[in-house]
Amino acid sequence: MKKKSFTLLLISLLAISMFLVGCNSKSSSESDGKKEPATSNGSKKDTLVYGRGGDSTSLDPITTTEGEAFKVTENIFETLLEYGEKDTTVQPGLAEKWEPSEDGLTYTFHLRQGVKFHDGTDFNAEAVVFNFDRWMNGDEEKFPYYTMFGGYKADEGHVIKEVKALDEYTVQFVLKRPQAPFLKNLAMSPFGIASPEAVKKWGDDFRSHPVGTGPFKFVEWKKKDRIVVEKNPDYWQEGLPKLNKIIFRVIPENAARLNALSKGEIDVMDGLNNSDEATVKSDDKLQIIERPSMNVGYIGLTNTRKPFDNKLVRQAINYAIDKKSIIDAFYGGKALPAKNPMPPSIEGYNDAIEEYPYDLEKAKALLKEAGYEKGFKMDLWAMPVARPYMPEAQKVAEVIQESLSKIGVTAEIKSVDWATYLEKATKGEFDAFMLGWTGDNGDPDNFIYTLLDKDAIGSNNYSYYSNDELHNILIEAQTETDQAKRNELYKKAQEIIHDDAPWVPLVHSTPLLAASKDVLNYIPHPTGSECLSKVEFK
Amino acid sequence: MLTYTVRRILALIPVLIGMTLVVFAIIHAIPGNPAQVILGQRATQEAVANLTAQLGLDRPWYIQYFDYIKSLLHGDLGVSLETRLPINEEIWPYLAATLELTIVAMIIAIVIGVNAGIISAWFSNSWFDYTAMILALIGVSMPIFWLGLMEQWAFSIELGWLPTTGREDVRDPITAITNLYMIDTLLQGNFTQFITVIKHLILPSIALATIPMAIIARMTRATMLEVMKSDYIRTARAKGLRMFWVVYKHSLKNAIIPVLTVIGLQTGLLLGGAILTETIFSWPGIGRYLYDAIGYRDYPVIQSGILIIAAIFVLINLIVDLLYVIVDPRIKFTK
Repeated sequence: MKKKSFTLLLISLLAISMFLVGCNSKSSSESDGKKEPATSNGSKKDTLVYGRGGDSTSLDPITTTEGEAFKVTENIFETLLEYGEKDTTVQPGLAEKWEPSEDGLTYTFHLRQGVKFHDGTDFNAEAVVFNFDRWMNGDEEKFPYYTMFGGYKADEGHVIKEVKALDEYTVQFVLKRPQAPFLKNLAMSPFGIASPEAVKKWGDDFRSHPVGTGPFKFVEWKKKDRIVVEKNPDYWQEGLPKLNKIIFRVIPENAARLNALSKGEIDVMDGLNNSDEATVKSDDKLQIIERPSMNVGYIGLTNTRKPFDNKLVRQAINYAIDKKSIIDAFYGGKALPAKNPMPPSIEGYNDAIEEYPYDLEKAKALLKEAGYEKGFKMDLWAMPVARPYMPEAQKVAEVIQESLSKIGVTAEIKSVDWATYLEKATKGEFDAFMLGWTGDNGDPDNFIYTLLDKDAIGSNNYSYYSNDELHNILIEAQTETDQAKRNELYKKAQEIIHDDAPWVPLVHSTPLLAASKDVLNYIPHPTGSECLSKVEFK
Repeated sequence: MLTYTVRRILALIPVLIGMTLVVFAIIHAIPGNPAQVILGQRATQEAVANLTAQLGLDRPWYIQYFDYIKSLLHGDLGVSLETRLPINEEIWPYLAATLELTIVAMIIAIVIGVNAGIISAWFSNSWFDYTAMILALIGVSMPIFWLGLMEQWAFSIELGWLPTTGREDVRDPITAITNLYMIDTLLQGNFTQFITVIKHLILPSIALATIPMAIIARMTRATMLEVMKSDYIRTARAKGLRMFWVVYKHSLKNAIIPVLTVIGLQTGLLLGGAILTETIFSWPGIGRYLYDAIGYRDYPVIQSGILIIAAIFVLINLIVDLLYVIVDPRIKFTK
């Protein structure tokens, strides 16, 4: 009896599966045709599906430094000041006007009136004070990006002495000492102004219940799958946002994400491989969107490890790497060869610096002078993950390995998972390694001080490069408010770095996005995340 | 049989505890500090040290381990370092997604695998046999990654029949009740969404089913060949019994025991090994949940996730053992 039922079960399952496959192919060819727009009733599309590689870690922007988080929070929160649409110039945001004092120690902000948070409470000076008080009373574990203001309330380096409400729509910031990038910092995504009521209500859980003043309201977060935001009907900017809803979908695999875009399941994809650009261009339903470059990809040479403690060796390595062929092969030609640790779009870029040319003879001569005539052995660490500035680290490493072998240097390529990679780099355990940086606020300080000052050893100065002269210049530049003088200081800093050659600066890449052709007004921002309030469909 | 079942279940407890110890030791041996990952690239060493202390990760490992076991015995799986949410609360949707995928994949693998094996054995050395076994060989050796992308290309992009990724149409989301979407959509009586769910399931479950299907087919064929050589089958065939009955009534019950074992093992493997499929098809399942947790060094999630998969794995083995008796009463439980 039992055997009979087992047999029957098998047969019926077979039959059911046949039936399902059959009925499926019929119905799908009717309703799921390739060219059909994804609307249900023929009206204009108003939901944008944005495909990206990873999920957000938090939706309270100040609690994270992870770029994926800001792609969403940029649309929910607004900052006192905003960046320009395509650059990092400072523009009015929630503050309409502002006046710095002569000595650069007080800034008075006049706030936009009639703005409401998504929970219906008013945006006003008290709300601004509340947010800054919350952050400055925290610590680096809670609000990591707040260190842009030199630390926390009790810290000696903390720049902001106090934030006070002068009247309902006027806020004054009093600083302990001038901070040159102060306004640029205020415009960074992490400093989005949150609803005080919502923060009090949710406490630590505010990270999954964000409430701001932005064009979109948070609706739903299904972890590792999607985040949904919808139009804020009370948004202060007339006529915006154009979209009714945005769905941020996680599709980890780049190739699968491109498949989903071709199929129309998503409308925009982030993180397109340069090698897939041709595929997108050949599809007449798709378009390429180029993000302005504000990054640097580099090979760090750990300056405390032999033989890289010798400047001549570091210079020799700089001569031995052919950036042009790397860019042609792995960036589809879409990158600038780097000669400085920051991209040319940033103020204070020193264009007078002459790049180390690709010159193997010169490299050999330098190695000989340094006493390494017969070359040496080293480890070259390649990143295990793709980043806009380094899409294919392993393959780039192979090209570099080949180049180095021509000057007698034997490089062994190694890799390890990303978490371990960063930890080992922080500890200075690599001979040479690949890494990069995307700028936060478009200020030279955010590249040079963050990546190469001796203060940053143990955090982002993975090459353990330390130069006192450079340090003094960078500290001076941090408090100098005259932009022309600052630029001169940074130009000098780049000269020092060029000569010391703590890295081989490789590229400033142009990250690519792809979108369906009917997506209009998508303006990618150099910081890597943008507000989508003006995006609409044809 | 009841005593046997209870005894087996009790015996699982030390197995699972041993399992926690192994997992704990391994994940704490991987370099990489969760505090560093949480704070990101720009963190200072001081902040990392503070957070490490705050998370209790600076204590001796055996103290951490005993704390973990203690809360585990209270049914508490811990709190995710990444999302700060209790794992008890957040794990089910991922697990449900994987269960749904795995069950459908196993049904496909069993139905096609067993039948292909039977037909191959019956018509051994025929063109069907050769084709099926060559396909099975390809199935075993095909990288899932590649297969998944090819499926997407062929059935989604070129033919436009099926969706490429995900579990549902995000523009028309499903309201979760049990998080098993096939059941949820039926409960809500939404047949359109039910079909959408099936469509989303087809490509990933085929990708996932390929390897077990091939293994089951080969196993069935081998055992069926063995059985069909035996005297009683020859007698049955000589009596002129119809092929269908010979196979499904007389041969299969004797051939099925080793196949059941393979099915049990494969189901367990699928549960834990769905990571690649889940990544390519952007399936928010336990594999992805665990994979991300490993990248994030989210120790509590890794521990609990592996523990749950291990528990299901041993349970499946138990079910398989119990099924032996139902299929073949000659097998007796002994002490």
